Amino acid sequence: MKKTMIGMLAATSAMLAPMVAMAETEVQFWHAFTGRLGELVKAQVEEFNASQSDYVVVESHKGNYSETLNAGIAAFRAQEQPHILMVFEVGTATMMAAGGAIKPVHEVMAESGASFDPNAYIGAVKGYYTSTDGKMLSLPFNSSTPVLWVNRDAMEAAGVDPNSDLSTWQNVDAVLDQLKAGGEDCPLVTAWQSWIHLENFSAYHDVPFATKDNGFAGLDTELSLNGEPQVAHLTAMGEWAKDGKFIYTGRRNEGGANFRAGDCALFTESSAGYAGISSEAEFKFDVRPLPYWEGVGNGPQNTIIGGASLWVMEGHESEEYKGVGEFLSFLSSESIQASWHQNTGYLPITAAAGEVTRVAGFYEQNPGTDVAVIQMTTKEPTANSKGLRLGSFDQIRGIIDEELEAIWSGDKTAQEAMDSAKERGDALLRRFETANK
Amino acid sequence: MEKRVTFRGWWLPLLLIAPQVFISAVFFFYPAGQAIWQSLFIPDPFGLSSQFVGLGNFEFLLSDKFYRGSFVTTAVFSILVTLCSMVPALFLAVMADRLIKGSGVYRTLLIWPYAVAPAVAGVLWLFMFNTRVGVISWYLGQLGYDWNHVLNGGEAMGLVVVASAWGRISYNFLFFFAALQSIPRSVIEAAAIDGARFWRRFWTIVLPLLSPTTFFLLVVNVVYAFFETFGVIHTITSGGPQQSTTVLVYKVFSDGFVGQDLGSSSAQSVILLILVGLLTVIQFKYIEKRVHY
Repeated sequence: MKKTMIGMLAATSAMLAPMVAMAETEVQFWHAFTGRLGELVKAQVEEFNASQSDYVVVESHKGNYSETLNAGIAAFRAQEQPHILMVFEVGTATMMAAGGAIKPVHEVMAESGASFDPNAYIGAVKGYYTSTDGKMLSLPFNSSTPVLWVNRDAMEAAGVDPNSDLSTWQNVDAVLDQLKAGGEDCPLVTAWQSWIHLENFSAYHDVPFATKDNGFAGLDTELSLNGEPQVAHLTAMGEWAKDGKFIYTGRRNEGGANFRAGDCALFTESSAGYAGISSEAEFKFDVRPLPYWEGVGNGPQNTIIGGASLWVMEGHESEEYKGVGEFLSFLSSESIQASWHQNTGYLPITAAAGEVTRVAGFYEQNPGTDVAVIQMTTKEPTANSKGLRLGSFDQIRGIIDEELEAIWSGDKTAQEAMDSAKERGDALLRRFETANK
Repeated sequence: MEKRVTFRGWWLPLLLIAPQVFISAVFFFYPAGQAIWQSLFIPDPFGLSSQFVGLGNFEFLLSDKFYRGSFVTTAVFSILVTLCSMVPALFLAVMADRLIKGSGVYRTLLIWPYAVAPAVAGVLWLFMFNTRVGVISWYLGQLGYDWNHVLNGGEAMGLVVVASAWGRISYNFLFFFAALQSIPRSVIEAAAIDGARFWRRFWTIVLPLLSPTTFFLLVVNVVYAFFETFGVIHTITSGGPQQSTTVLVYKVFSDGFVGQDLGSSSAQSVILLILVGLLTVIQFKYIEKRVHY
């Protein structure tokens, strides 16, 4: 029902738009944003269209991340693909392996002659989307990283000092005890459990999530998420779950509703939760860096990103690619990036945009909005913290979610669950390897 | 001797069945053939290349214990949905049939839920049982029961069964009610005069006379539970927790459209095709024998 509605709307908007501008070259841009983010994307596109008269970008919403990727794939098979497709970070390996379907961004930029400096982009953001020889394959669009959100009022109500040091999980463990003792029903809640407590956990402690540099160095990668540090962390979380100190609400960001309503004291969630939390929360909140285990691995290293990037698809006219190049260059510009960063809580993709934001005093007026930036950029990424490049990763996350649920419910120990996740995930990685030989 | 009208020649009969054959060919045989063909390959998502693997996809599937487990889940789910949608429907139909006044109103009210799309029904039930804000889970909490279908597989299964069966009760009710109305009063009155009470009349007269309808509904409901409950499962549990509500059809979707593994997805469709074929044969060969028309 909803899908057909969206389809119809997309079809109508696609039919209406060309009437406005017949002579200009049209560039199709498919994305996954609704609500506030959808409006901001629309505004960016309108600003670009108004700024020049050679090209017209037509944006269409194609459903959530998975649906948008599917729409792009189906369209490619029918030779109706858009010029620009938004793909979430989890689909990166799928896109990279599809050599004949995509046109790398560095190539598009070189051919179009639009201004493009690959060094302007923040390393930890860019790294996720560049080839092993340093060429940018897709343009980072919205990138965020997990942080710790603190409900100060809830801390106080439970008799815990809201300024307590929460930089390490050891300290958080103690605070959770105090919160529980102080009568807090929901001391800790999380969103995106696999992304935060396994993928980012591994990068942050500089331990591998998968072999072959987390998949960057080859398709014959295997998961190594059943390593000692990961298992120790999940064992601790399993204990917290058993004692009612960690409340599990679901695989996606269901926990956000509980936190924004003031039901929970601590919340591990993306930095992009800022827009929602700042507008809805009727309590004092803090943004803190994601905690790490003192003495485990090389923590704190840097966290990795989540979000999406823009892929340019193969099979269009060179004139149209010029328009694509102009648009991508426009999106990377300082002012567009700075306002995107400030409005959404997503990371700025260029260092210059971050600098503009800092100079404008935004971080002082909105304390905590720079935590994610600092967390991502203080250390140079290592092979373990550059990102993840695993095929079938959407499905592997599903497997990890299932196994994590088994830990939270006490059905399995963390070791059993992660061994099983590795075994099941590796089977999918082998299939992906076969499919992309 | 049976009397039959036969056509002379071949052209007219072929012409008359042509539209049906054409539609079946386009919408059934062609896609089914494609699925069988694709199940022998591992293609990449964009259709740029594909590797011939023979029966490798089937081997991969059948050696996966979660896939084998999904057969059991599907069986449990289908049986529960069929029972939960047919038994209450029969009960309501019998009750409505006994009414002298106002049966029209009851009938109309009972049919309404059928108009609710499965995905919408799923969301409605999800709201009521939401672990933090759901009305029913709150009441259960007051009674000291900690409802959590997000982690408890049994509760998740119960919830998707109820949500799937709920709208279906209306549909079954409609058929049972019509069938009850067509049972001749004279038979029932004769039994009543012989001294048979309500339940005895129900077991020995009404139920056997309903058997063609019951059989029809059994077939239709099993097919419904197999193929049309996707929306409910997708909205409520997405197959979780730990695949406890991943029925075969949901797995076809998640492997094909979330995992972009079209080879495995096609192989699963083929297995499903065989399974439903077998099920239909069994139903018509064994159960139909017990139906009195």
